[in-house]
Amino acid sequence: MLSIANLQARIDDKPILRGIDLDVKPGEVHAIMGPNGSGKSTLGYVLSGREGYEVTAGSVRFDGQDLLAMATEERARAGLFLAFQYPVEIPGVSNMEFLKASVDAVRAHRGVEPLDAVRFLRLAREKCEAVGMKTDFLKRGVNEGFSGGEKKRNEILQMMLLEPRLAILDETDSGLDIDALQVVAAGVNGLRAADRSFVIVTHYQRLLDYIVPDFVHVLAHGRIVKSGGRELALELEDKGYAWIGKEAG
Amino acid sequence: MSEHIESLLKQDYAAGFVTAVESETLPPGLDENVVRLISAKKGEPEWLTEWRLEAYRGWRQMAEPTWAHVHFPPVDFAAVSYYSAPKSMADGPKSLDEVDPELLRTYEKLGIPLHERAKLAGVAVDAVFDSVSVVTTFKEKLHEAGVVFCPISEAVHTHPELVRKYLGSVVPRRDNFYAALNSAVFSDGSFVYIPPGVRCPMELSTYFRINEAKTGQFERTLIIADEGSHVSYLEGCTAPMRDENQLHAAVVELVALKGARIKYSTVQNWYPGDRDGKGGIYNFVTKRGLCHDHASISWTQVETGSAITWKYPSVVLRGDHSVGEFYSVALTNNLQQADTGTKMIHLGRNTRSTIISKGISAGRSSNAYRGLVRISPRAEGARNYTQCDSLLIGDRCGAHTFPYIESRNASATVEHEATTSKVSEDQLFLCRQRGLDAEKAVSMIVNGFCREVFKELPMEFAVEAGKLLEVSLEGSVG
Repeated sequence: MLSIANLQARIDDKPILRGIDLDVKPGEVHAIMGPNGSGKSTLGYVLSGREGYEVTAGSVRFDGQDLLAMATEERARAGLFLAFQYPVEIPGVSNMEFLKASVDAVRAHRGVEPLDAVRFLRLAREKCEAVGMKTDFLKRGVNEGFSGGEKKRNEILQMMLLEPRLAILDETDSGLDIDALQVVAAGVNGLRAADRSFVIVTHYQRLLDYIVPDFVHVLAHGRIVKSGGRELALELEDKGYAWIGKEAG
Repeated sequence: MSEHIESLLKQDYAAGFVTAVESETLPPGLDENVVRLISAKKGEPEWLTEWRLEAYRGWRQMAEPTWAHVHFPPVDFAAVSYYSAPKSMADGPKSLDEVDPELLRTYEKLGIPLHERAKLAGVAVDAVFDSVSVVTTFKEKLHEAGVVFCPISEAVHTHPELVRKYLGSVVPRRDNFYAALNSAVFSDGSFVYIPPGVRCPMELSTYFRINEAKTGQFERTLIIADEGSHVSYLEGCTAPMRDENQLHAAVVELVALKGARIKYSTVQNWYPGDRDGKGGIYNFVTKRGLCHDHASISWTQVETGSAITWKYPSVVLRGDHSVGEFYSVALTNNLQQADTGTKMIHLGRNTRSTIISKGISAGRSSNAYRGLVRISPRAEGARNYTQCDSLLIGDRCGAHTFPYIESRNASATVEHEATTSKVSEDQLFLCRQRGLDAEKAVSMIVNGFCREVFKELPMEFAVEAGKLLEVSLEGSVG
């Protein structure tokens, strides 16, 4: 589904990604761990097409397409979803309006009719309850005055409505209490399917107690320096990141 | 983002076409004879001719205001023609069938059907083309309710006592340079009278259109809401695209007698000039309302057009317990300049006013809010709340806020809040990551920013205003 080869990228002439290789097959859950500044968030931004990042080498195939040649919104419509670490507020735009516009755009790309307002409202309410929010959540401005936990729940709500092919969660667990963490995990686990994949970027292995990954990769200085199974995350929890750096030389 | 935002605000002005009708246009220049001629063309009574001449003499002694935060070469008032009318209107059409079909098509193109079968549901329209009113719809139905809605040139003959009593009563002839000019040469505009206790059965609307080149438009609107009555009024404006600047100096006077309510909404989309700032309308407008006891006047404006906007819809809260409101969205793009805001003059006791201003600047434009809240010594318990928000798109535009507060009564409460923000790269990225293209994203963000003002507009116009913003913003993102 996603095939990254020798991906290198920089911001303002400062290299951040120095040659990433990663293959994600349909149905797999990959965790990307690593110390602060290792390039974890950058990877998510480069894949989703954020401006300001310059790709200097490498290629990325997504469902057979050249991902890097696609515009940000085209990638989103093709099924790539990024859950943000710090979701931004859009004052005055209701969550409902935003979600509907977003779902309509993705559906239009798939050649499906937009949902009528009534059906969409029913669906949105249902997902809203699933992430443990009251339905007045939909009437409020996008992330406007939301607590940290509410913002993250909103990200999961968007993911559930958009049903992406590939979801990248960028430290969605940071700053969450245990209840919210379980909501995030339930959201991901509920969407796990044979044709859907996840890349979970996290600093701590705590989230991986709830979302069990198939593979764990350690990112350091812009490269994947170690890959393994679930046990690698536990080992990292135990020993920290310092030893990886040494081992990788 | 800037590369993004730069290309979203580039788009064609959809109302920029010219209608090929034969016009009778006075040669450029202004003197007493021109004033007399305009008055004579309209068959005005002697008192009005004198009234105009008095205004003209005042104007000659006045200087153009220079305090606004706008810059433009001096207007050559001798090069402007002060009267233009389609020739077919010379004898005045008796019914729609007699109106030049070319004119009707103009309004249809603009989305304002004037024909009986296609009239806007529930909205009575007065259409003003250059200097004259073309047609007023729904006259009969309004007549049944006792409402008078007609061109002011007609009201001069049919309701001379009302016109004579109230014309210039809110905006005096020598109020300011442009108001004096308007008083001397005003051509047409709408007149509204709502009898006591009547709630006007439909929205009233005037649609202003400048067509002729090198012509100024000087319309004059007078709305009188008698005791306990209620009216909602909307005006819209467009003009063809032309390389030279055109002058528009209107005066609007509102009189809300005891307990009356007037809601006045404007969607102003005069031609703003091209991307390099060539052409466009100079919109120098004086709008003011006067509230008697327990009356209320609410101005809502969505200003997206004009090369230069100089406009301060104001309320004089003379009566006790009267209420003034001002809700404004002003969007400037490319090289547009706007200096707009309001004045709330609290004279009566327990008067209240609310000011919500949303300024959006894009391109290389300049957008200023200028507001005055004045509390007189007599205005016990007066209250004002002002909120002024500016949104910047890109990094070459400017937003300025000039609030003036003069309080001469210690019991008054005056609150002022102001914010300035930018459409951030983060917001754009979030929207695009959710599948929205950059244009849709910016228009959604800007619409959200304007929400508090849009909800004050009549329903169907709120939708229009949202679309208009979208169009005006095209090319601001790339």
